[in-house]
Amino acid sequence: MQMQSTARARTSLVQSLGVDGRILTMLIVLAVVWTVFQLLTMQQPGQFLSPQNLWNLSVQTAVVGIMVGGMVMVIVTRQIDLSVGSILGFTGMIMALIQTVPPLGWGGHWLLALLAGLALGALIGAFQGYWVAYWGVPAFVVTLAGLLIFRNATFIVASGRTIGPLDDNFKVLGGGLNGSIGEFWTWVVGLVVMAFVVYQALSNRSRRLKNGLPVRPVWAEGLVTGTLLALILAFVLVMNAFPYPGTNIPRGMPVPVLITLVVLFVLNWVALNTRFGRYVFAIGGNPEAALLAGINVKRMLVAVFALMGMLAALAGAVQAARLNFVTNSMGNLLELDVIAAAVIGGTALSGGSGTIVGAALGALLMSSLRSGMVLMGLPTEWQNVVLGLVLLAAVIWNTVYLRNRR
Amino acid sequence: MTPLVEMRNISLRFGGNQALDKVSVNLYPGEVVGLLGHNGAGKSTLIKVLSGAYQADAGQIFVNGQEVTIRTPQDAQALGIETIYQNLALADNLDAVANVFLGREKVRGVVLDEDFMELEARKTLDRLKVKIPSLRLPVAQMSGGQRQTVAIGRAIYFKARCLIMDEPTAALGPEETAKVGELIKALKAEGVGIFLISHDLHDVFDLADRLTVMKNGRVVGTVYTQDVSHDDVLGMIIGGVMPKNVRPAQAPLPQ
Repeated sequence: MQMQSTARARTSLVQSLGVDGRILTMLIVLAVVWTVFQLLTMQQPGQFLSPQNLWNLSVQTAVVGIMVGGMVMVIVTRQIDLSVGSILGFTGMIMALIQTVPPLGWGGHWLLALLAGLALGALIGAFQGYWVAYWGVPAFVVTLAGLLIFRNATFIVASGRTIGPLDDNFKVLGGGLNGSIGEFWTWVVGLVVMAFVVYQALSNRSRRLKNGLPVRPVWAEGLVTGTLLALILAFVLVMNAFPYPGTNIPRGMPVPVLITLVVLFVLNWVALNTRFGRYVFAIGGNPEAALLAGINVKRMLVAVFALMGMLAALAGAVQAARLNFVTNSMGNLLELDVIAAAVIGGTALSGGSGTIVGAALGALLMSSLRSGMVLMGLPTEWQNVVLGLVLLAAVIWNTVYLRNRR
Repeated sequence: MTPLVEMRNISLRFGGNQALDKVSVNLYPGEVVGLLGHNGAGKSTLIKVLSGAYQADAGQIFVNGQEVTIRTPQDAQALGIETIYQNLALADNLDAVANVFLGREKVRGVVLDEDFMELEARKTLDRLKVKIPSLRLPVAQMSGGQRQTVAIGRAIYFKARCLIMDEPTAALGPEETAKVGELIKALKAEGVGIFLISHDLHDVFDLADRLTVMKNGRVVGTVYTQDVSHDDVLGMIIGGVMPKNVRPAQAPLPQ
């Protein structure tokens, strides 16, 4: 009895906050993990919560972060995409080949390389989606074939060579020495986003009140918005606290991180505010209902896979730009990281349930764990065991969460 | 008076199975026609043809006397034919508002107009007099009656002239069943024509003006509910024979 009433009180608290319980949990877990790593690394020169480490962490999260939102949509529609690591490698290689100077590459413009890569990624995704949607071939098999095909096509198109160096303009995408937007623009981005958050909260609230619709209590609204603003401010401060080597000039936000945030923001907006997003969830919840409601389920599936392919290509561009040289194994096994991040972030493999924000936090949690364990000098094998255990725990928790909601 | 909906000689074959064999039924404004028959008699197939989920191999459909072609659920909806499916056809993970408007969302530009949809959904569902505390919870968390209300709300919001209800009370308790019954009467009074498919003879006898019985993909016959007993109807369903001395019932009784 006692426990039940406490549980109910807690639910109503979370409910009045109007925040998905899984996202809240993710935030708490992240805070705990960060605190623990900070305590464990306090005595050494490279502390976990130092600006340098957090800056690096943000860059390390970028590649998975770009793809994870697409993977959420794929999984929400009850599909899976195992080929994203290979698509990333293949499109990255094509982009490298287009821009690298002859005789190794074709000496094309870097922008052409980028656009061609994105188009190619979307095309590959659409191609895979076509077999899934129109022929009913399980996505697991189609994309497993894609994993094999494009991983090895990468080798074939480059004749097994490593291709590079890449164009300096292109390398900005990777967040290297010139790949940050600087202190001023970081502030601009941060303040614009903060203004937007406040505007959004106020205008939503006043519009709903005007229409006589329920709103969350003022304290909850204030708490959620305030927390969001504090997080954004902290992010800006951290990004601006890491200087270029041997100077006091802050680097600011790395370009790949900016790309990731823009991608995640747009995907989250699409998922929550457009028909496309609504239909993604409807298809995952009940494909038959979606069909009977007149939703073109097949075309939607192709579009979702095409989007995933394009995001994989964008991640490929960032990864290639970061490495400067593209190898045949770039992105190898990355599909597992992306899927794991989505699942840790609360995406249910049974479909119909998941959030972009949760998955982004899942990606951040995974890279935080990796980064922290690297700082502590844990061998790779142990890192992977821990990540595996975290994945398992996340899935179990998510299953219990969804069961209790029924 | 022209029928609201008339299906004439509808045939449909699934592989070697003649699911519908020259089936003819009609429905007039403001009446309830009960469709009865065993599982596999062809009731659900027939209404799926009308609602655009299946396409007939042969036969004609008339709406208000005009011959129409229904290829998709949208075609049917455009003609004012709304269907409440047996399995409810709700997306369980979405909230009530999203389900009421699924496939027909109100948008401003490309942005979903959530406020408009929530207000309209609230108005529509209030009309159905079943309490739904929060329209913003996934319908998976609702009771059978609430879910049914959402499904019906979905149909009536879009001004159905012909409503097809496939086992509307199958998942409901007695109280909720009674509510759905009241609702059907209210819709009837508004001039909506309703095809009611049910296993429960009591329900159908209470609500339907005419009964069309099907067996093995064929129509056994159509009778006035007031002319027949439960045993007569069971004879039609099981034996496929018309009771003796009943009037043909191709149109509603004159008032």
